[in-house]
Amino acid sequence: MTIVRLLAAMSTGLLIAFGLPANAEKPSLTVYTYASFVSDWGPGPLIEPAFEAHCRCDLKFVGVEDGAALLGRLKLEGTRSSADVILGLDTSLVAEARQTGLLNAHGLDLDAIDFALTWSDPDFIPYDFGYFGFVYDSEQLATVPKSLRTLVNDPQGPRIIIQDPRTSTPGLGLLLWVRKIFGEEDTAAWRALSPKIVTVTKGWSEAYGLFLEGEAPMVLSYTTSPAYHRHVENTDRYQVAMFEEGHYQQVEVAARLAHSAQPELAGEFLRFLLSDEVQTILPTSNWMLPTVRTQQALPPAFHEDEIPNTALAFEPTEVSAKRKHWIKRWLTALAQ
Amino acid sequence: MNLTLSTRWRPGLWPGAIALFLLTAVIAGSLTALGALSDTAFIIATLRDPYFFQVVRFTLWQATLSTLISIILAVPVARAYARRPAFAGRKILITLMGLPVVMPVIVAVFGIVAVYGRSGLLNFLLQPTGISMSFELYGLTGILLAHTFFNLPLAVRLLLPAWDQITNENWRTASTLGMSSTQLFRFIEWPALSTFLPGVIVVVFLLCFTSFAVVLTLGGGPAATTIEVAIYQALRFEFDPAEAAVLALAQLLLCAGTALLLIRWMRVLSQTSGRKSDSRARPDTGARAGKLFDFGVIGLCGLFVFTPVAALVISGLQGPVAAVLLDTDLWQAAARSLGIALMATSLAGIMALGIASTARFLVLERRQKNAKEGLLLVGSLTLAFPPMVIGTGFFLISLHLKAVDTITLLMIAVVNALMVLPYILRSIAPVLIDSGQQYQKLCAQLGLSGWHRFRQVDWPMIRKPAAFSLALGGALSFGDMGVAALFDTTGHITLPVMLYQRMSAYRFDEAAVTALALVLMCVALFWILDRSLSR
Repeated sequence: MTIVRLLAAMSTGLLIAFGLPANAEKPSLTVYTYASFVSDWGPGPLIEPAFEAHCRCDLKFVGVEDGAALLGRLKLEGTRSSADVILGLDTSLVAEARQTGLLNAHGLDLDAIDFALTWSDPDFIPYDFGYFGFVYDSEQLATVPKSLRTLVNDPQGPRIIIQDPRTSTPGLGLLLWVRKIFGEEDTAAWRALSPKIVTVTKGWSEAYGLFLEGEAPMVLSYTTSPAYHRHVENTDRYQVAMFEEGHYQQVEVAARLAHSAQPELAGEFLRFLLSDEVQTILPTSNWMLPTVRTQQALPPAFHEDEIPNTALAFEPTEVSAKRKHWIKRWLTALAQ
Repeated sequence: MNLTLSTRWRPGLWPGAIALFLLTAVIAGSLTALGALSDTAFIIATLRDPYFFQVVRFTLWQATLSTLISIILAVPVARAYARRPAFAGRKILITLMGLPVVMPVIVAVFGIVAVYGRSGLLNFLLQPTGISMSFELYGLTGILLAHTFFNLPLAVRLLLPAWDQITNENWRTASTLGMSSTQLFRFIEWPALSTFLPGVIVVVFLLCFTSFAVVLTLGGGPAATTIEVAIYQALRFEFDPAEAAVLALAQLLLCAGTALLLIRWMRVLSQTSGRKSDSRARPDTGARAGKLFDFGVIGLCGLFVFTPVAALVISGLQGPVAAVLLDTDLWQAAARSLGIALMATSLAGIMALGIASTARFLVLERRQKNAKEGLLLVGSLTLAFPPMVIGTGFFLISLHLKAVDTITLLMIAVVNALMVLPYILRSIAPVLIDSGQQYQKLCAQLGLSGWHRFRQVDWPMIRKPAAFSLALGGALSFGDMGVAALFDTTGHITLPVMLYQRMSAYRFDEAAVTALALVLMCVALFWILDRSLSR
């Protein structure tokens, strides 16, 4: 009796779990990206109808926490992944992503495109770029650090929210930025910074959300973030601290995946990302700089002095070779 | 001789043998997967890694602190309940103290954030006074708070039976000697309590040691990471199966080692048939200061346990109820969670019945007392083999499989079955053996055996505890987030993981409603299973 009931319960469980209707399959393109790209105020909701009008297909964005988590997700799912395009890795991760062997060359003629930066990558296309920077609330913070060294070494310095370099591209960017400035003394730098870190979030969205709620006066974001507040909210309250040493540069990239059943559609989407249509959407939705020179000038909310004179960056191959080791050093420094 | 052995082998031994074979296959399979990925050089490198040591150290440190706080607070609360055996609402209070055990961990964490968080209930109440709480909830503080929330009530309930061992003669002697309340505690209550304490300490320590959802949500930064969370991060953040395997093996060694080392204290936890004493016989119940103290302690503990639950209900009802409940994703996730819970519980139920009936056969017909000891081992299985370790092994296996989605649910269900098996086994095995001892001769005379005997004699005996433990197992499995979080790459597979995703994206309004829905479904599932099986 019990056993019969238990068996009945088990089969019910099986039925419920496996009997759920699978999503209706119609020709569609699945794009894995980071959470803020598909948020209500991000570029996703603008790009989706624009591309769908263009291709007569169903474009599906899947938001994963943040850029670095995207790479983990890609490795995890391997060839089983339902993604056709991966959008939102940055130059620090391209070498490692290539090593997975999961990518398909984009096949686009990049020479025909008037890039604002030099680019020649067989797999990835750059859709926007920017510089990491610490954004602060001018109503909460009076003394603003003028350099990364001051931010790190001043014990009375502002409390900050940062992102985890294992899951987030800004988090990884800061790790590389610190490495670039402090070299082998990165551990000491992180230990000095540690008591001022309010929390380490998994992605940019969470960190910025907590910052806007007043959990900390300063957050790791982009030098172009204040443009959003000026453009949308018409306020100068949020500013970026420009650092003397220069700012670490991020180029955000997209690629199509080798196992995709829609390689043409995926290629078309990559080309669409570089079109004037998308390139003019990105600055006022993703709040990054366009990689392609377009007819339209940047909106006035973007200030010239918020574009750093010195762009810092490691070679992707160097990052790929040392990322793990540097992350271990970061973990060890912050765990103490 | 051989002939008799082989004929006697058949009826009684098969169910348990099959169940144990399944169990062994699952554990061995996942250990093989873990072992295959850990080469010696990598293990040595990991053992030398300072971060690994810090993670192990933090795991031990938070477990030790959590245990100390929970137990030190539980002793006066348990003593207060023991000293006041008959006040209005006592039974309800003690029953409700069982709530944190059944409540999904992730829901409880939400309740704790809703009370102690920056924009939580406590700061809201403190606002007019101008005081604000300055502690950081995220980090060690939050972890200790959550672990105390779970383990203080558990420890109280486990310690309470200690007072039943004190006899009326003890109290009378104490009374004639004119002992003070402190002396009573020292000379009469402490000796009884101290036989119970080690077992309770071991259980609470291992629960905190393997705690996952609490540390993932309230800690998780490099400074507050436990081994289980580090396994999750190695797989999900960095996709490093080799590191996850080494971490899982380390966790297994530490847990199995602790469990083996302390196993002789764990047996104290099994029910003792101590003579019930009437604590009204104790001489120190009249004093007013004592009364004030006892009800103060009971009140504070009640407040500590029930405020997060109340905050959860309030914030859930204030959230966007309609929007969340009309979302089909929520119901699909709930249906999958239900499917997993039903599969896990029925599998665990069948395995528990198999093991228990074979154990009874061994005790009654083979007169092998060791069988009971063997049961004890299986009963403490999850303490020695944490579900996360088995889950990691399964996860590594699943990477080689193509049809990952369907198998994923089955794997989560199997790991959850292992998680709830000890609860079910512990509650039905003693009753089944007792029933056997009572009715063995009668059944032999009536010629009742096998299925008929089970239906007509054993089932009525074990029905109530079986229904209760199966219902408990169902609710636990429905609300569990550990292994599901590992397997769930989209955040939509099960309801608890969906709640975690919403919390970690700081979407508290949606999370509040999801948490309330989850806990209500858990309670409903418990109630339905308990009702339908106990009839």
